[in-house]
Amino acid sequence: MDESEAQATVSARGVARARAADFLARRHRFRWPECLPWLLAIAAFFLLPDRMTFGAQVLIMVMFALSLDLILGYAGIVTLGHAAFFGVGAYTVGLLVARLGYAEPISSLFAAALVAGLIGFATGWFLLRYRGLTLLMLTLATAIMLQETGNLRSDISGGYDGLPGLTIAPLFGVFQYDLYGHVNYLYVLGVLALIFFFVRRIVYSPFGQALTGIRENVRRMHAIGSPVHRRLVTVYTIAAAIAGIAGALFTQTNAYVTLAVFDFDVSAKVMVMLILGGTGRLYGAFAGAVVYMVMEDYFSKMSPTFWQFGIGLLLVLTVLFAPRGILGLVQGLGARAWRRAGP
Amino acid sequence: MSAPVLEVRGLNRAFGALPVTRNVNLALEKGARRALIGPNGAGKTTLVNLITGVLKPSSGRVLLDGEDITALSQAERARRGLARTFQINTLFRGLTVLENVCMTIGERDGECNNLWRAAGAKRSVIDEALDYLDALRLTEDALKLVRELPYGRQRLVEIAVALAQRPRVLLLDEPAAGVPSSETHLILDVVASLDPDIAILIIEHDMDVVFRFARQITVLVAGAVFTEGTPEEIMANADVRAVYLGEALHGGDHHG
Repeated sequence: MDESEAQATVSARGVARARAADFLARRHRFRWPECLPWLLAIAAFFLLPDRMTFGAQVLIMVMFALSLDLILGYAGIVTLGHAAFFGVGAYTVGLLVARLGYAEPISSLFAAALVAGLIGFATGWFLLRYRGLTLLMLTLATAIMLQETGNLRSDISGGYDGLPGLTIAPLFGVFQYDLYGHVNYLYVLGVLALIFFFVRRIVYSPFGQALTGIRENVRRMHAIGSPVHRRLVTVYTIAAAIAGIAGALFTQTNAYVTLAVFDFDVSAKVMVMLILGGTGRLYGAFAGAVVYMVMEDYFSKMSPTFWQFGIGLLLVLTVLFAPRGILGLVQGLGARAWRRAGP
Repeated sequence: MSAPVLEVRGLNRAFGALPVTRNVNLALEKGARRALIGPNGAGKTTLVNLITGVLKPSSGRVLLDGEDITALSQAERARRGLARTFQINTLFRGLTVLENVCMTIGERDGECNNLWRAAGAKRSVIDEALDYLDALRLTEDALKLVRELPYGRQRLVEIAVALAQRPRVLLLDEPAAGVPSSETHLILDVVASLDPDIAILIIEHDMDVVFRFARQITVLVAGAVFTEGTPEEIMANADVRAVYLGEALHGGDHHG
C-alpha cells in the first residue's frame, strides 16, 4: 500500500512538473486574439479611406506608446521625458530633408533610430543610476535641454516655426506619397508591424524577463547577480531608438516638424495613453493610443475649448476602476466569462 | 585545515558616529556550518550586508577563495558564488514561483543577455528550476504567484532562489523568521539537508535550531565578535550565558 501511495505521489509530482514546464514553454506562442488589432488596422484602410492621415498618426502614437511600455511597463523606469527621443527622430528626418536634401524615407528611419538610440544610450548611462523623483526630473530635463538646444540654433532647426513643407521621396523610389495618405498609412502600418514583432520578441526573451524582475524587485536582482544598470541602459537605448522611428514617421506623415515635438505635453500624452491602455501588456499601447486619439478627435470637434475635460475624466475613471488599463479590464472580464462558461 | 572559502578581515562599519561593525574577523571553510548569534541590534544583518556588498565597509576586507572582493559590487559577488536569503522575503511577488527560480538561473548562466530567444524555449533551465522546487516540495506551487503563497512557503522560495545561484557560500538571514512555529520544522529540515559542500552562515534566534544545525558558533555583541567556538563551548561559556544565552535559555524553559 505504502509503495503504491509513494508511487502516486511521484507521478502526481511528475504531472505537476510537466504542467509547469509546459506553461513556461508555451507562454510566448502566438494567440489568435493577437490578430485583432492588425485586422482592425487593415479594415480601417478600406472603411475610412478619407481618414488615412489621422489613421497614420494613431499608428505612430501606438508605436511611441509601445516604446514607452518597454521601459515603463516592463522595466519600471518612470520617465517624463520620452518626447526627447520622439523629437530627436522627428528632427533627424526634418534636418536630413531641409538641410541636407536627403529625402529617402526608409534609410532616414534608420538614421533616426541610430541618432535617437545614441542619445538614449548616452543619457541613459548617466541617469539610470538614479530612481524615483531624481530620475523623473532628469528625464524631464533631458527633453527640455534638447528643445532649448534646438531653440538656440533656430537657424538650423527652424525654431518654434519649425521646418515646413518637407518633401519626402517616393517609397522604395516607386510609391509616391499621395494627398490622402493611403501609401503613407500602409507604410506606417508595415513599420509598426516590424517594430511590434521585434518588441514582442524582446518581451518574451530571457532579457525581457530580467526587465520584469527589475520592475518587481530590484534588490533581489542585485542579490542574484544581475547587471541591473547594463540591462536598464540596453532597454532604454532600444526604447529611444523606437521612439525615434515613431518621431521620424511623424515628420514624414505631416511633412513638417516644429520644436513642439519636444514639449512636456508630448511626454505626458504618451504616458496617459499607455496608462489608459494598460502598462506591461504589449497591446495596451494599441488600446490606449487608439482610444485617446479617437476621443481627442471627437471631443475637440464637439467642444474645441474644453475637450481635455473628457480625456481627464476618462483617465480618472481608468485609474480608479480599471487600474490595469482598458486591456486589463477586458482581460479580467474575459477571464471571468471563461470561468463562468467552463465546468 | 583547508583554506577558507569566505574570509572577513578586520571589518569596520559605522552609521554616522555609531559603530555597528567593529573589527570583525570571520572565516568559513568549505562545507562550514556556522551560526551567527547575538542579541537584537548586535549588527548581524549589517554584517551580512557588508559581506554581500549591499554596504561598503569603512575599513577591512572580504575575501572569497582568497581573492579580495571588497571593491566588487553586490551583483559581481553573487556571480562569483556568494548567495544570501533575506530576513524579510525579497522576491518577485508578481511572478510565479517557477519564474522566480528560472530568472535566477538565467542571470547565473548569462541567459538573460539574450534578447531574441523565447524565455521558455530552453528546457534545461526549466528542468533545473523544477529540480530545486522538487527538493523543497514546492512543485505543486510552481505556477502560483509568489504573493499568493503563505509566508512560510515564500520562505522556501527564498531558499530555492539562493540554491539556484549554485552558491559556494550561502548566508541565511533568519530563514524561519515570520513563520508560524508549527511550520518552522519544514524550513529547518530543508536547511539541515542542504548540500554539504556549501559553506553556510546562518543567523538565527532559536537556540534549538542553532545547536541542531551549527558546528561552530560566532557570538556577536555590539558589533564585535564576543567569542566563538563549538556549540558545547558556547553553551558552557559563562560570559555568553550572561550577555545572551542566559536570557534565551530562561525563555526556553518557559516554552519547554
